[in-house]
Amino acid sequence: MQPTTTQPLLEVSDLSMRFGGILALNSASLNVLPGSITAIIGPNGAGKTTLFNCITGFYRATSGAIRFNSGNSSVDLIQVLGGPFKATDLTDPRAFSTRLYYKMLGGSHRVALAGVARTFQNIRLFDEMTAIENLLVAQHTGLDRNVVGGFLRTGSYLKSEHTAVDRAFYWLDKMGLGEDANRLAGELPYGHQRRLEIARAMCTQPKMICLDEPAAGLNPNETKALSEMIQMLRREHDVAVLLIEHDMGMVMDISDHIVVLDHGEVIAAGTPQHVENDPAVLAAYLGADYETGVAL
Amino acid sequence: MSHTEQYNFSKTALRGLRDAAFAGVIALIVFGPMNGLILDGYGLDFHLDRPFLMAGIVALGRFLLTLSGCLPAVRQLRERLMDFSHRGVTVEQPGDSQVRWKVLILLTIITGLCAPFLVSKYWLTILILALIYVLLGLGLNIVVGFAGLLDLGFVAFYAVGAYVIALGAQYWGLGFWTAIPVAAVLAALAGCILAFPVLRMHGDYLAIVTLGFGEIIRLVLNNWLDFTGGPNGVRAPSPTLFGLEFTRKAKEGGIPFHEYFGLEYSSFYKYLLIYLVLFVIVVALTLFVHRLRNMPMGRAWEALRENEIACRSLGINHVTVKLSAFMMGAMTAGIGGVFFASYQGFVNPTSFTFFESALILAIVVLGGMGSIVGVIIAAFVFTLVPEMLREFADYRVLVFGVVMVLMMIWRPRGLLQIRRKAFKRPRPVYTRPGEAQPLHAASAGQSL
Ligand SMILES: Nc1ncnc2c1ncn2[C@@H]1O[C@H](COP(=O)(O)OP(=O)(O)OP(=O)(O)O)[C@@H](O)[C@H]1O
Ligand SMILES: [Mg+2]
Repeated sequence: MQPTTTQPLLEVSDLSMRFGGILALNSASLNVLPGSITAIIGPNGAGKTTLFNCITGFYRATSGAIRFNSGNSSVDLIQVLGGPFKATDLTDPRAFSTRLYYKMLGGSHRVALAGVARTFQNIRLFDEMTAIENLLVAQHTGLDRNVVGGFLRTGSYLKSEHTAVDRAFYWLDKMGLGEDANRLAGELPYGHQRRLEIARAMCTQPKMICLDEPAAGLNPNETKALSEMIQMLRREHDVAVLLIEHDMGMVMDISDHIVVLDHGEVIAAGTPQHVENDPAVLAAYLGADYETGVAL
Repeated sequence: MSHTEQYNFSKTALRGLRDAAFAGVIALIVFGPMNGLILDGYGLDFHLDRPFLMAGIVALGRFLLTLSGCLPAVRQLRERLMDFSHRGVTVEQPGDSQVRWKVLILLTIITGLCAPFLVSKYWLTILILALIYVLLGLGLNIVVGFAGLLDLGFVAFYAVGAYVIALGAQYWGLGFWTAIPVAAVLAALAGCILAFPVLRMHGDYLAIVTLGFGEIIRLVLNNWLDFTGGPNGVRAPSPTLFGLEFTRKAKEGGIPFHEYFGLEYSSFYKYLLIYLVLFVIVVALTLFVHRLRNMPMGRAWEALRENEIACRSLGINHVTVKLSAFMMGAMTAGIGGVFFASYQGFVNPTSFTFFESALILAIVVLGGMGSIVGVIIAAFVFTLVPEMLREFADYRVLVFGVVMVLMMIWRPRGLLQIRRKAFKRPRPVYTRPGEAQPLHAASAGQSL
């Protein structure tokens, strides 16, 4: 790991995730720096998606810690899920009350509120809503949600809706979906759906966006456009990107930092040049094809 | 007629004859024992002419049906009926004119306000019942149609509303007008109490728990004799108009409505008042639900129905969103209950059986889950048609079942297509790119 002066945005330390007999993550650690593009690579079943699900709060890690430091606040992404009570809570009323609070109101949505957005390996859009509505739902937590105000169409409500619609159109244009605003998300072509999912994640105004195989199923042209869009996100919107991707060309092109997972363990981490030449990576990744020289 | 058409026609005619013969034979087999053998004391009379007549009618009908396939109009109709690829959702175009809708709505409101003066008292009561079902349909539509939570015990909240006014009047002197908000709040509370433990469940489990809840409420009402009067029920008060009662004789020196205005006594006035108040509430609620659909809360409900996991990834607390849908639905049902009790003047548990829940669900399904206009039409269909066809009351449940099956085949997404609002590109208001103001910091404390 290179020495850093800035504090990492995301700190994952010794994270383990066990499903019955399978140890999907085995003491994995990684850091994501603010405004960086970090790629997670590894063979199928290495535990990449599991790592994402732990970070974004869809799985509760068996052990380990995840901290998210944005601005001057630091959030424990495991605590906000609301864990079971512990015996020590009985002696410490403050620990007890925070645990009770997160037990009642915690959950994976808290992770998103802390500033982590994500997309899914298998696309999850609101199929029977229009593209623009998908993006409006994403802005839900920031809108004027007063039911009475909304019914009476008060000024503050209209203003909040107006801004939301405007931001939604902005993101549609950014992702090249301007024409699709009033089409049902489920009817869009596959490539557009992938981009709409990214636009939707960006509408939550995250500090970090986690993309799970965004280029899967795209043709080379679309992949190239996607690479540019991801770099644009970082450049213009100051988000850190955490990326799972099998397309090595794309990964090597755009990432600052690469983490290699195999069987739930981090076997290498570093710059693309460093990872490219790491023998352990080649062995894990290519297995028997080691000698054939597939471009890594 | 060209040569090929003639050929086609004769081919169809031939096929028609074959089909007709086949249908005739089957009809003979079916009708033979049914119409042909008449029990007479201990013996049997044979009336073979009857089954043959029936079979003849069936065969002729079948023949004409096949033959009608030659007419393009019939063929088109048949294709449209057989089109199973019906999409349930369309999006309006940004430029679509809304004038037609506005005129239609205005006409409906005027008709609705004039209706009670044009019909008999009997039909007025039926109209009230229809409006109550519209209310219930709109409420369940929020839960099932928008939020996608299958609730089979919706009638429980209806019962809560009805018993709030009846018991409230008996024990605490609650009047009609105060009962409306009180029932709304209490029904919403009941929805909250039910929802909290069950909202972590999905689909079938949720359906079973709500079904159980509906039955529990009914059984409690039935068996808690001291408090609810059990199967004997409770009297419910009629509404009053600025303190004027609608009874023949006012109690304790008050003046009844008809005396105050020097009118002949008739219970028509009571129903008229109930109808008009209910109508106003239904119109307001329809507008409210319509606007809700395009408000953050309504959008969150629909998003939750579409994909719960995606919702959570966007920071939406699925528990509170579901809770809000449940409570909103329960509230509507509670208000419906107050009107029902007041209109009947009396409530007992037999009005709140599972059949009632099923009927309301059928209204929502028939109307097209999530379509407001569809639900309103369906509510009228389900209350008015049985009244018009009183003679066939015995077959009501049968017809009900047949309609549901046909619906599932032809229009699984309901009679009316759901229309989604289109958005126009707005005047730019926000500084781009990368607005500095953090949304999350402002709202991290609460999430609904
Ligand atoms: N919910 C679960 N229950 C049980 N086992 C699981 C679960 N999720 C993942 N696993 C297991 O954990 C391991 C890692 O899976 P994961 O989906 O994280 O792989 P991946 O690296 O994302 O693979 P791919 O590149 O194919 O997407 C696999 O062996 C998988 O079977
Ligand atoms: Mg995966």
